[in-house]
Amino acid sequence: MDFNYTDEQNALRDTLSRFIAKDYGFEQRRALAKSADGFSRAHWKQFAELGLLALPFPEDFGGMNGNAVDTMLVMEAFGRGLVLEPYLSTVVVAGSLIRDAGSAAQKEALLPAIAGGELMLSLAHYERGARYEVSRVDTAARADGSGWKLSGAKGVVLGGGAADRLLVSASTGKGISLFLVDAKANGVTVRSSMTQDGGRAAEVRLDSVSVDADALVGAQDAALPAIERALDYGIAALCAEAVGIMAALDETTLEYLKTRKQFGQPIGRFQALQHRMADMVMATEQARSMAMMAAVKADAPDAAERRRAISAAKAYVGRQARFVGQQAVQLHGGMGVVDELNVSHWFKRLTMIDLTFGNADHHLGLFSDTLLAA
Amino acid sequence: MDLNYTPEEQAFRAEVRAFVAASLPADISAKVKGGKRLAKDDFVRWQKILHARGWGAVMWPTQFGGAGWSAVQQYIFDEECAEAGAPLQLPFGLKMVAPVIMAFGSQAQKDFYLPRIVDGTDWWCQGYSEPGAGSDLASLKTKAENRGDHYVVNGQKTWNTLGQYADWIFCLVRTGTEGRPQQGISFLLIDMKTPGITVRPIIMNDGEHEINEVWFEDVRVPAQNLVGEENKGWTYAKFLLGHERTGIAGVGRSKAALKHLKEIARKETSAGRPLIEDQRFRDRIAEVELELMALEITNMRVLSAEKEQKAPGPEASILKIKGSEIQQAIAELQMQALGHYALPWLPEALDPAWTGEPVGADYAAPLSGHYFNYRKTTIYGGSNEIQKNIIAQMILGL
Repeated sequence: MDFNYTDEQNALRDTLSRFIAKDYGFEQRRALAKSADGFSRAHWKQFAELGLLALPFPEDFGGMNGNAVDTMLVMEAFGRGLVLEPYLSTVVVAGSLIRDAGSAAQKEALLPAIAGGELMLSLAHYERGARYEVSRVDTAARADGSGWKLSGAKGVVLGGGAADRLLVSASTGKGISLFLVDAKANGVTVRSSMTQDGGRAAEVRLDSVSVDADALVGAQDAALPAIERALDYGIAALCAEAVGIMAALDETTLEYLKTRKQFGQPIGRFQALQHRMADMVMATEQARSMAMMAAVKADAPDAAERRRAISAAKAYVGRQARFVGQQAVQLHGGMGVVDELNVSHWFKRLTMIDLTFGNADHHLGLFSDTLLAA
Repeated sequence: MDLNYTPEEQAFRAEVRAFVAASLPADISAKVKGGKRLAKDDFVRWQKILHARGWGAVMWPTQFGGAGWSAVQQYIFDEECAEAGAPLQLPFGLKMVAPVIMAFGSQAQKDFYLPRIVDGTDWWCQGYSEPGAGSDLASLKTKAENRGDHYVVNGQKTWNTLGQYADWIFCLVRTGTEGRPQQGISFLLIDMKTPGITVRPIIMNDGEHEINEVWFEDVRVPAQNLVGEENKGWTYAKFLLGHERTGIAGVGRSKAALKHLKEIARKETSAGRPLIEDQRFRDRIAEVELELMALEITNMRVLSAEKEQKAPGPEASILKIKGSEIQQAIAELQMQALGHYALPWLPEALDPAWTGEPVGADYAAPLSGHYFNYRKTTIYGGSNEIQKNIIAQMILGL
């Protein structure tokens, strides 16, 4: 058991915190959120130069061979900075999916392009009627000559508007298969909208979209385990992002308690507020422990062990994040609910993180059901 | 970062497990697992067995006869002992007074007291709280008059755990009234056989005799029993409470209790099905398990950060708060799992020699009493509200 980071990881943390402090000021970020893309292509290029876009990929494909703990450090910093670039969707989820399920040719074609910042991908998997149920896919692909024809609708596809290519899951009769679809292909409609936290997500429609045989990623009818694994990487990353935000909210709130004066003294002198602040710090530290566990277990070879840990972390972090977010707003009083202060933006992002890839109740249920076995 | 145990740590765990399996007397583990009453001798026997193996004080440095183990090793040891149903090694000697003697005691005190703690000769109890000095401990009034070669102690201590068995008591006493209340406190070691000491039981809400009042009436204590300097006792007291808090996290014990809870939930039935299949109940177990998973890692993070064997920092307050809340939550669910069979009260069933017929399941008898008793965990060792004050003031600077 070892809680230390390697020299490389410490260097990565330093780089990230410098980037956030220098290039991700609150006002810059607000302007970006309102821009057409909703993020900065220049930042994306910077990420490529820093090696962030190559982080989880094997060296053979231009990658850095990083693990989920490296990703955790990136996401924690991105949480603090409320980074808008579609790192989670392109690199963490879609990227790891190609890495783990793609053919050699697909990896050769896609991973170096992602790493270089030239290609954005997104997993188009969840559907409106399925809510958080990963195995329920109504979008269908039927064989069409040597290729396939895809029809259906995908909901709230993160970074879908910016994605050059979509990884679309579809039922193929005996199971779920995964296809690479060009976002500009005939029959594909991508309707991107802003999300509550300043990000972007898209509704994707597929009307008889034709793809070639080589668009299939992984084995036919058997893509579900790979999709689950990629989403688990995404969940571990979200947990780390949440912890980054919670730590930032704790610091900001503590500073506010020390400086804001009422009744002739700093409000942090009041025990009712002191105890609430102590509760926030405890929630954050406990959530950090679970985010660490999620990062370590995301790479676990045993799928059942991995999923149990990931659901535990997502459920727990979701609840602690809700607590810390709500308390930070409350302790800031009126300033907690205005748009001009970062507190409301951190709070909104935390709230949306809980609702992404299964909320706390959903994952508590999954974790709880594992208690039935043995 | 790696949350997995190293091969060395796994081998260490196997060694501990094998020793505990071979050496823990079956009658003792049966009492612990069955929630029966433990006798003084059960605690002492286990301490002597551990001492014979060199593991009597795994948290002590080797120079004092300890095992000198790392935080991870100590945690593994605690977890294995809890899992096997070993009695708790009571903290009063090993984890409270001993670190104070090591840090502030004279050479003669170290030479005399420490070996007798680790080998199970002396049973220690705590003389901190008073009827008028609970959370506000520094307002304590038990008075020790300096008469040159001895002190004369008068006053009353309370919430004294298992003092009915004790050979020695460590006491905070008032030796000065100048300045702030914290400034006139001294730390005395008192032989419980000294004339003038009276121990009176306080019966707890589970009907058991676990705690006492201790009265001091003109009790003569040799001056050589003063630890450190006169009027510096508050410093030692705070040092001691820091040591108490890490033990209170009790992760290993809570893991064993959670396992027992799940076993109960599989055996109890609801609507003709095992209770564990009742989603509402199962989710409550799941929620406390999540808290415990997080605390297990937080505990290791805090312990690993304490490289040297110094007193744990204010972070230990987090462990105390979360650990005690989890202990209570598990105890409550164990009782709730029984449904209406939580009602019958059979104190005789806690006697290991009792052979009567249980009312309801054979595991039922101790559970409600345990729930009532465990309301103490958020109160003792510095109440959780005091711990939050510590976090706010010492960590956060509020």
